[in-house]
Amino acid sequence: MVNRQPIDVYAHDIGEEKQASVLSGSASSTEKRLSALFNDYDDPNALRKLAGGIKDHTLHHLDRYLEQTEASLKRNGGHVHFADTADDAREAVLSILKERELTRLTKSKSMASEEIHLNDYLTEQGIEVLESDLGEFIIQLDGDTPSHIVRPIIHKNRREIARSFQRGGIATDYNDDPETITRRARVHLREKYMQAEAVITGGNFISAESGRVVLVTNEGNSRFGMAPSRVHIALVGIEKLVPTDRDLAVFLNLLGRSATGQQLTVYTEFISGPKDEGQPSGPEEMHVVLMNNGRTDVLASNCREILRCIRCSACQNVCPVYRQASGHAYRSPYGGPVGAVLSPILFGDKFPELADLPKASSLCGACNEVCPVDIPIPDLLLRLRDKAKREHIPQPGDLPMAPFATLATSPAIWRTAMTMSKAMNHLPIHVAPVRPLQDWLGQRTLPDWHGGDFRKWLKSRREN
Amino acid sequence: MSRDTIFSKIRSAISELDCKAEHPGFEDDTIVSSSRLGSDSPKAAFKRNFEAVNGRVMNSCDEVVALLHEQGQTHGYCDPELMESVGQRLVDAGLEVETSYDRERYDDYAFGITRATGAIAESGSLILDDAKTSDRLAALSPWVHVAVLRESEILRTIPEALGRLNTSRNIIWATGPSKTADVEGILIEGVHGPGEQIALFVD
Repeated sequence: MVNRQPIDVYAHDIGEEKQASVLSGSASSTEKRLSALFNDYDDPNALRKLAGGIKDHTLHHLDRYLEQTEASLKRNGGHVHFADTADDAREAVLSILKERELTRLTKSKSMASEEIHLNDYLTEQGIEVLESDLGEFIIQLDGDTPSHIVRPIIHKNRREIARSFQRGGIATDYNDDPETITRRARVHLREKYMQAEAVITGGNFISAESGRVVLVTNEGNSRFGMAPSRVHIALVGIEKLVPTDRDLAVFLNLLGRSATGQQLTVYTEFISGPKDEGQPSGPEEMHVVLMNNGRTDVLASNCREILRCIRCSACQNVCPVYRQASGHAYRSPYGGPVGAVLSPILFGDKFPELADLPKASSLCGACNEVCPVDIPIPDLLLRLRDKAKREHIPQPGDLPMAPFATLATSPAIWRTAMTMSKAMNHLPIHVAPVRPLQDWLGQRTLPDWHGGDFRKWLKSRREN
Repeated sequence: MSRDTIFSKIRSAISELDCKAEHPGFEDDTIVSSSRLGSDSPKAAFKRNFEAVNGRVMNSCDEVVALLHEQGQTHGYCDPELMESVGQRLVDAGLEVETSYDRERYDDYAFGITRATGAIAESGSLILDDAKTSDRLAALSPWVHVAVLRESEILRTIPEALGRLNTSRNIIWATGPSKTADVEGILIEGVHGPGEQIALFVD
């Protein structure tokens, strides 16, 4: 028997400061996000269902749309690379850089790149990669990992950041004013942008019809990274396709509102190739790396709806478990409810290690309620719990059921047990030296035992 | 090799589906926010939504000059094609205006004046088409970006704007100044791009 799930250990050991940051950060703008949808639309649920429907359609015809995307990208003058595994994706990026002898890059936030640990890999190969999203920049400075999809440093407070800036040589003095922190990053990063030879971005969507790669940022970092760079590499998961440009209206309207309560994210960039001839700024070459890395396993599973995800983080923000445990407790770039479903299947070879994630949920359903693509996350969590059971992966709470079966099938023993167990109310079981019991009680409070009361009541009722 | 592997994995995964979802289809009305659009003119709706994200709408070069003076900005860039209609007015008001952007001196430009090809009323967004922008860095690195457009260029809705993306290889919608809330959720403007985003109508 496993004593305690890893996610519970994280939640238990998380420091007070970190938990306060995660809690206030995730809870703070819930109302703003909801009102952005409900004030602007009579029936936001219709919109969520529509978005889910378009994604399902795309995923069910993914071969067709992927072929169309490839053709559109090429027609626009882009280079297309396919990467089946994380290794393939890393090598594809590296060979583009090596062939052109490019060693200095900036990078705008990309969850796909976090998935394959691209920064570490490129750094080992002697390539300088600098994260340009403010949050990711600070993560990189600290050698940390992001704990939230939209706000990677949700677990840090301004004091930690100010110390990191001092330690990392970004500032000579300590200053924890958020505006000063931002200005310092602005000055530091634009010098790096101007020196960079290439830029790596993710992609929020690709329109199969036009081959437009759509990137959204609030800071303008992807735009700034691309303007002076000679080569643009977009690393995009194959589930990011949408059929047409017109479909983008549905997703762009939902993404900003669900992520941050904005109607649209500040910068919505549509890129369909290298820069136009005669333009002074912008990349001369555009490469799109279309990455699988386990997505087809998800597509083949009974949890394929999770591939609808547009990475808005709304489910993380509302999840009571995420708020207590932090994103790091989910041990992958995807924390919270989406990660609890996605990570165990996406990283299929790690399923036994990640099988605790689907269990770490009260199935309250808040994640489904706020999901802009209407993913039935609680249902998917149950399917994964079932998978873990079927594959006999040991989990905490797996009590031996045989004694219970004996109890439940013998009325006499049952009756005795019901009444006798009342004695437990007077026993100091919360200090009993039984390890499994203590593990169980560590996260629960046992109510007073009322066993036998119903039988007693029924008996006295008959007698009257 | 990866290509074939991916396609065969996809085909094998979806071959097991009992039924494949049709595209649900939708009307523009479903996705256009009528409360955002309002019942007033496209320009009034654009102004309302653009100001809601801290953009500034201006109708004369004098307003631009006043803001630059107020912020102590003295040196900037102007698209040569906009010199006559906008840049020259700034020069007359004592500001220094260059008509070429030298990226070696990116820090010298406190303001940048470039063309917007349109705007979206529903969302309060400026449409910057790279093919018609003299230099995309000039619309990005200065603290103040002045996007110059005409009232007739305003589109009403997001679907309408998506329908007119045309063949340009790079189009960006700017919905307000550059911003972040990464540090403790506190909103700070002017992270990498402009801290002041201005829409200047020249009609």
